[in-house]
Amino acid sequence: MDFDLSEEQRLLKESVDGLLGDAYDFDARKKYMKEKGGWSKAIWGKFAEQGLLGLPFSEDDGGFGAGAIETMIVMEALGKALVLEPYLATVVIGGGLLRRGGSAAQKAAQIPGIIDGTRSFAFAQLEKNSRYDLYDVATSAKKKGAGWVIDGEKFVVLNGEAADTLIVTARTKGSQRDTNGIGVFLVPGDAKGVAKKGYPTQDGLHAADITFTGVEVGSDAAIGDPEDSLALIERVVDEARIAMCAEAVGVMDESLKSTVEYLKTRKQFGVPIGSFQTLQHRAADMFVAVEQARSMSMFATMASDFDDAKERATAVAAAKVQIGKSAKFVGQQAIQLHGGIGMTMEAKIGHYFKRLTMIENTFGDTDYHLRRVTESGGLV
Amino acid sequence: MDLSFSKEEVAFRDEVRAFFRDHVPPSTRQKLQEGRHLSKDEMVDWWRILNRKGWGVSHWPKEYGGTGWTSVQHYIFNEELQMHPAPAPLAFGVSMVGPVIYTFGNEQQKKHYLPRIANVDDWWCQGFSEPGSGSDLASLKTKAERKGDKYIVNGQKTWTTLAQYADWIFCLCRTDPAAKKQTGISFILIDMKSKGITVRPIQTIDGGFEVNEVFLDDVEVPVENLVGEENKGWDYAKFLLGNERTGIARVGVSKERIRRIRDLASKVESGGKPVMADQGFREKLAAVEIELKALELTQLRVVADEGKHGKGKPNPASSVLKIKGSEIQQATTELLMEVIGPFAAPFDEHGDDGSNEAMDWTAQIAPSYFNNRKVSIYGGSNEIQRNIITKAVLGL
Repeated sequence: MDFDLSEEQRLLKESVDGLLGDAYDFDARKKYMKEKGGWSKAIWGKFAEQGLLGLPFSEDDGGFGAGAIETMIVMEALGKALVLEPYLATVVIGGGLLRRGGSAAQKAAQIPGIIDGTRSFAFAQLEKNSRYDLYDVATSAKKKGAGWVIDGEKFVVLNGEAADTLIVTARTKGSQRDTNGIGVFLVPGDAKGVAKKGYPTQDGLHAADITFTGVEVGSDAAIGDPEDSLALIERVVDEARIAMCAEAVGVMDESLKSTVEYLKTRKQFGVPIGSFQTLQHRAADMFVAVEQARSMSMFATMASDFDDAKERATAVAAAKVQIGKSAKFVGQQAIQLHGGIGMTMEAKIGHYFKRLTMIENTFGDTDYHLRRVTESGGLV
Repeated sequence: MDLSFSKEEVAFRDEVRAFFRDHVPPSTRQKLQEGRHLSKDEMVDWWRILNRKGWGVSHWPKEYGGTGWTSVQHYIFNEELQMHPAPAPLAFGVSMVGPVIYTFGNEQQKKHYLPRIANVDDWWCQGFSEPGSGSDLASLKTKAERKGDKYIVNGQKTWTTLAQYADWIFCLCRTDPAAKKQTGISFILIDMKSKGITVRPIQTIDGGFEVNEVFLDDVEVPVENLVGEENKGWDYAKFLLGNERTGIARVGVSKERIRRIRDLASKVESGGKPVMADQGFREKLAAVEIELKALELTQLRVVADEGKHGKGKPNPASSVLKIKGSEIQQATTELLMEVIGPFAAPFDEHGDDGSNEAMDWTAQIAPSYFNNRKVSIYGGSNEIQRNIITKAVLGL
């Protein structure tokens, strides 16, 4: 048993923290946000140069064969800097679906572009009525000749506007809430019949609602079995949840750090407000919440390699519950302890709070995952 | 980063588990599962079985009878012990006065007391808290005046756990009345049979008699019962309190109790179906289980850190263990109360000293709930723990 990072992992952490420390302060972030698609191509290029975009891919596919721990390290660092670039959508989800379900030809066609930073992805999954159920899919993919025709609407697709490639979940048979009959399709972002409405999200990221009208793709567009890919989707979305848990830990670490700093410097009644016990104990409770979240983020990271799908899913759900609770507490208290300044768009602390809030509501909120743990029969 | 146990550690766990299965008296186990008190003999019998196996004082240095286990092995041992469940070694002897004696005591003291602690020939109790000195322990007033080769001790100790069974008490006494708070305190060992000692039981809200007041009136104590240097007792007390960082989380205890909740909630009916079939109840239980899993991982982080980097510099996460561990213990007793609902009401006026064999299995659920309010108060209240985080971790 060992919770320390290996030498190589420590170096990775130093290099990501170093890169973001230099290039990603709060003012720089505001500039990147205004670029086309809501993030910076130049920063993305630096990620590629440092090898971050190729981490999880096998050496055969041109990557570094890194595992869940390396993703955790990167995501924590991205969380600390509130990074806007689509690492989750492109490397974790897009890359994950290709790694776990893609054919040799699909990998050869898509992965090099991810690794060298020329291609970004978006995961078009959420529908008007699906909420957090991954199997609830109304968008259809119907056979036409050797290929497929896709029709439907997807919402809040992160990086949907800028993505070169959309990965779309669509139903090939059965009814809306059947667990089989779901496929995963690669669709070029500029394909005929794709209509995007882009917008910024509450946390400063960028998303799009996307309509697919008679979008025709070839027979090679389906990743995995077009009639039975729910297990693939669940596995990769679990990996996305794990990555978001790590990101949230990074955001919480910075929220606490910033709050403690503020308590030390802000003076009222002639003394630093950090000398008041009410505020001290609140900060102590924030620390407890962050450490419990960190423990569960590590647990979820380890769980990503569990062979038993049910055990893995339960562990990830449990982690998402802990992270959701901790994130809400830490985020809200960080604002409270900053007082009025915490309410301003100008101060960074509110942006941490907003990112934490959006993480909670992505791929299942606290209540949703608590139900999943309950239905699994528990952890003890 | 690797959270799994090695092959050797798994084998060790199996060995420990098998030993508990084969050697813990079944009635002792059952009483613990039901949240009941054990009699003195039941506890001492078990501790002697443990000591014969060589596991009575497992974390002591080998030369004094310890095992030389790694921190992971200690963790596994405690977990298995709590989950079986079996009585934990008497903390006052094994975890508190024992380590103080082998670290600061003289050769004569080590030779005399340590083997007797290991075999529970002496039952020890702790004389720290006083009526006016709880969280502010250093304000204690009990004084020991040197007269020739004796100390004359006068004062009052309180919350003294199981003093009614004790042969010895280790006391913090003021030996230099002129010195300021923390200085001028000494660590003195006192025979409970000494003239001038009176033990008065305190009944707690659960009806039980775990704690006592101990009055010391002109008690004569030989000066050789001083441990270490005169007026350095506060340092030894701090050492003692910082000694046991990970056991305090009591993850195994909570795990065992969650199994009991599941078991009872599957048998007790509400609205024509088992309580366990109620979605609201199940979600509450799952929420506690998730908190417990997080705590278990936090504890493992601290254990792994100690194993790798030694105990010198505690992992900041260790301050989480007491706060969360106590909150979760309390939450589990609360859920048990919910399971039995109105049948929690009957109160046995005689309390439970472990002698009533015919006691109903539900009888201890409410007392256990009431009794567990103590866990966020003792061992440095959770508010004191927050003060520690504030200063030692956050630097406020």
